[in-house]
Amino acid sequence: MKSKASAYPYLVWMILFIVVPMALVVVFAFTDRSGAFTLKNLEGVGQYSNIFLRSIWLGAIATAFSLLLGYPLAYIVARADAKRQNVLIMLVMLPMWMNFLLRTYAWMTLLEDSGIINRALAACGLPRAHMINTPGAVVLGMVYNYIPYMILPLYSVLTKIDPSVIEAAQDLGADGRTVFLRVTLPMSMPGVISGVTMVFVPAVSTFIISKMLGGGGNLLIGDLIDMQFLGSAYNPNLGSAISLVLMVLILICMGIMNQFDENGATEGGVMV
Amino acid sequence: MKTLSRFYTLLIFLFLYAPIAVLIVFSFNDSATMSRSVWSGFTVKWYARLFQDGMLLQALRNTLVIAVAAAAVSTVLGTAAALGINGMSRWMRRVVMNVTNLPMVNPDIVTGVSLMLLFVAATGLLGGVSLGMASLILSHITFCLPYVILSVMPKLRQMDPNLSEAAQDLGCTPARAFFRVVLPEIMPGVVTGLIMAFTLSIDDFVVSYFTSGTTQTLPIFIYSMTRKRVSPEINALSALLFAIILALLVVINVRTARQGRRAEARKEA
Repeated sequence: MKSKASAYPYLVWMILFIVVPMALVVVFAFTDRSGAFTLKNLEGVGQYSNIFLRSIWLGAIATAFSLLLGYPLAYIVARADAKRQNVLIMLVMLPMWMNFLLRTYAWMTLLEDSGIINRALAACGLPRAHMINTPGAVVLGMVYNYIPYMILPLYSVLTKIDPSVIEAAQDLGADGRTVFLRVTLPMSMPGVISGVTMVFVPAVSTFIISKMLGGGGNLLIGDLIDMQFLGSAYNPNLGSAISLVLMVLILICMGIMNQFDENGATEGGVMV
Repeated sequence: MKTLSRFYTLLIFLFLYAPIAVLIVFSFNDSATMSRSVWSGFTVKWYARLFQDGMLLQALRNTLVIAVAAAAVSTVLGTAAALGINGMSRWMRRVVMNVTNLPMVNPDIVTGVSLMLLFVAATGLLGGVSLGMASLILSHITFCLPYVILSVMPKLRQMDPNLSEAAQDLGCTPARAFFRVVLPEIMPGVVTGLIMAFTLSIDDFVVSYFTSGTTQTLPIFIYSMTRKRVSPEINALSALLFAIILALLVVINVRTARQGRRAEARKEA
């Protein structure tokens, strides 16, 4: 079965629905409304640099929290006996199956000024806290939605570590801390890298979480793109330019991440 | 140490499930004030109202039609593609796989926007209605395809490439060799791809948001619900979906566990 012919329909599809749309984004980014070549759109992106910085900053914080919270859990699950492992991993995956809009909506009802957390605080005689429509709420929403994408790759790498390697390190006199820092952590790096990528990319480009939990004051890149295409600021040319910059930004981030993954154990998983 | 890790696990799962629990509890809330967070008695009226909501039922129908169409087409097209890509030269395969990975690496919003530009431009050239069921199905097929290809590819790699030739030497036509020899070999990958495509399509919001026009799918309906009105109906919907997913996962797990046990028993026998 060394025939290429069965891929031809897909190749046509690929060109029509992947290559052409991407080319359209590039064309729109470099033209004005009449279709003439211009660099104005890309220059226009510059005025939104604060929004880009905020997106990257909040996405990075959310990724860091996901890693810090997710790693210990992945480690604990990987150490549990086989039967418990299955149940625990199922429990990690279950919320992912619920639409993220509903999950984010749930946090809206919790964080509101007259929401459940504030009512609970008031009932305990504590002062109310303003939580919704803050950058913190956006980060919380990101961590909540994307932490399974951190835990799962970490878990799958950690379970594959041969226990005898750790025993060998212990036999050679390493204490718990040294074993973790010198053996477990380095060996789990591929999981860390794919987890970080899988959390950072959607977090940086989200536009619903910021809309629902951040109010109008915490716009992210995604909101900006949404506004240019479907919102009040209708301008697909500028929107395409922003999308293009976002794409390049993410490719650069992934390139940097892949530098850490020298072994390149994953084939074809990530492009750069 | 043991208690500490138990406590930590509990804490993380509390974080993951507390919001969902709150959603479900408040789906039974009989609130007259329409407030989202004041408890005022037990009711199931939101569930009843859910089933009378014509818009919701229409959105549900659209979602299922799109998911079935997208899963079927992307599975057939993707499996054929994987077969063909496997037969390509190394260089060609590299190029095709890099383009294939693009929708997975790209942020969803960029995929959505680029497809929206395509459909709008196509309407400009060809006429007709630009955004609706057709554009939704086409976009869903597009973002499902890479997942099908990537789940079929490894199975093809594992397969002995001589198997199909052997079948043909023994008198099978190429088509018969495919259906009798190759397809059964790669079936697990094909099924995984199909299930992934189906669930991805049902769950997708971002790409649909940009390519739906005025057509509503379930996630888009949920989105408009969270924006427009404060209604416990959305909680009822969440609770229902959660119950369905939970039931499905339990059934699948029990089945695989039982199959595993049966396989073990057979081995011992």
